[in-house]
Amino acid sequence: METRELTCIGCPMGCLLTVEIDKGEVTSVAGNTCPNGERYAKKEVTNPTRIVTSTVVIKNGDKPRLSVKTKSDIPKDKIFQVMKEIDAVRIDAPKHIGDIIIENVADTGVPVIATRNVESI
Amino acid sequence: MLAYDIVIIGGGPAGLAAAASAKKADTDSILILERDHELGGILNQCIHNGFGLHTFKEELTGPEYAYRFEKEVYDLGIEYKLNTMVMDISPDRVVTAMNRTDGMIQIKAGAVILAMGCRERPRGALNTPGYRPAGIFSAGTAQRLVNIEGYLPGREVVILGSGDIGLIMARRMTLEGAKVKVVAEVMPYSGGLKRNIVQCLDDYGIPLKLSHTVIDIEGKERVTAVTIAEVGPDRKPVPGTEERYTCDTLLLSVGLIPENELSRSAGVEMSPITNGPVVNESLETSIPGVFACGNVLHVHDLVDYVSEEAKRAGENAAKYVQSKGEEISGDVIKLVATDGARYTVPSTINVNRMDDLLTVRFRVGAVYQDAYVSVYFNDERVMHNKKRVLAPGEMENVILQKAKIASFPDLKTITVKIEKE
Repeated sequence: METRELTCIGCPMGCLLTVEIDKGEVTSVAGNTCPNGERYAKKEVTNPTRIVTSTVVIKNGDKPRLSVKTKSDIPKDKIFQVMKEIDAVRIDAPKHIGDIIIENVADTGVPVIATRNVESI
Repeated sequence: MLAYDIVIIGGGPAGLAAAASAKKADTDSILILERDHELGGILNQCIHNGFGLHTFKEELTGPEYAYRFEKEVYDLGIEYKLNTMVMDISPDRVVTAMNRTDGMIQIKAGAVILAMGCRERPRGALNTPGYRPAGIFSAGTAQRLVNIEGYLPGREVVILGSGDIGLIMARRMTLEGAKVKVVAEVMPYSGGLKRNIVQCLDDYGIPLKLSHTVIDIEGKERVTAVTIAEVGPDRKPVPGTEERYTCDTLLLSVGLIPENELSRSAGVEMSPITNGPVVNESLETSIPGVFACGNVLHVHDLVDYVSEEAKRAGENAAKYVQSKGEEISGDVIKLVATDGARYTVPSTINVNRMDDLLTVRFRVGAVYQDAYVSVYFNDERVMHNKKRVLAPGEMENVILQKAKIASFPDLKTITVKIEKE
């Protein structure tokens, strides 16, 4: 039996949630004032995910950096591995919003895509 | 002298949305003046996601959100000038601007839309003691350096202020390899969104110290350490609570101020609360034909609301131009914010000029739980909406109906206040 404390991000209330976990299963959520809190707590302790946004070096472009994001959310514990792969990227302009920059980042099955247009010069 | 029906000062989210809506309201001759080398404004450096949930029902990054509006401006064939600094707006709407290709230009505008956005409160406004070494940045400057230019401003970081940009930069600097040691916030609550506190600080184990401020900055050439201390209810440091952090960088995220030098020199009446122009129901300032929208009017929490407001400013400016500035008469009703509500935008309503529904935006001055947002017509309470939580970091609104205002006898004042019951 394990207990974790979380702050709900569902709304500005920011309820302090107490979650009890037994063998990887959520057994109880306390402290929430609405059903969103329970949903958030369950996801957050069993499978927390995040979208990662960053920039990559782009060459021969009208800007020195290209902003990128993971196309969907990735497991939270892979954030730094994703960042490492993003940091290693060197690509050439032009690149446009939605272009795939990394096919399958950190074996998550999720691509990293461009979020800006950088034209070649 | 050049002449345009509508001249828009600023090509960020407010200026872009205002331009598109004015064009769709059948005004052809529109010019956007932007001082940066591209359209999109500060959104271009806000590479994190979370923009556009209200407008597009999806989470976009800043550049993606900006591009949706930029594209509309391109597709509608709206004219714009980049790298162009506006020097002056005269009360009769002659805009003086300057750039490297045209030199100094003067433009006669049928209507002007102010959409200059805001700036960050600088260190000089804080009276922080200590030396003045390199390594002290506003959070937005650091954001531009990291995300646009590709430089990391420092390796060991202390952040003062828990506004959203500070929180976002705590995560961003951490992801790029810097160590963010602490975020200090002078108030007993954070001005940032809960989501940002969880996903930018808690995720990375960065401590947030509420009711703390910076009391010393060390280092002559470059920051070497920062000392923070707890503050009492009077916001004065409590002796004995000092903690010293060695670091090479101090980021400041201590508030935003609408950028209104041009509005002031034009003679626009300003609100001492918002530091933005005083506007009527049409988002028109005290100078007829000069409109304002976005963060130059009042600092917004979400860009979605900026776009919404700017759309109305664009439509109203188009209407003004098409009516050739003809006055629509009618009694002016004053809006008053009191008992916890700090201000309202707009400040006045002429019922003959208002739309069927009017969104009045405001902010509260403190955190309230289970309180009511109340609206009074003269002395009669006409709205009483329960809110589970109200916080200074979030914009609130009430929606007023034209029919109700028009039918209320002898209406002089509409008051917005926060009530416990």
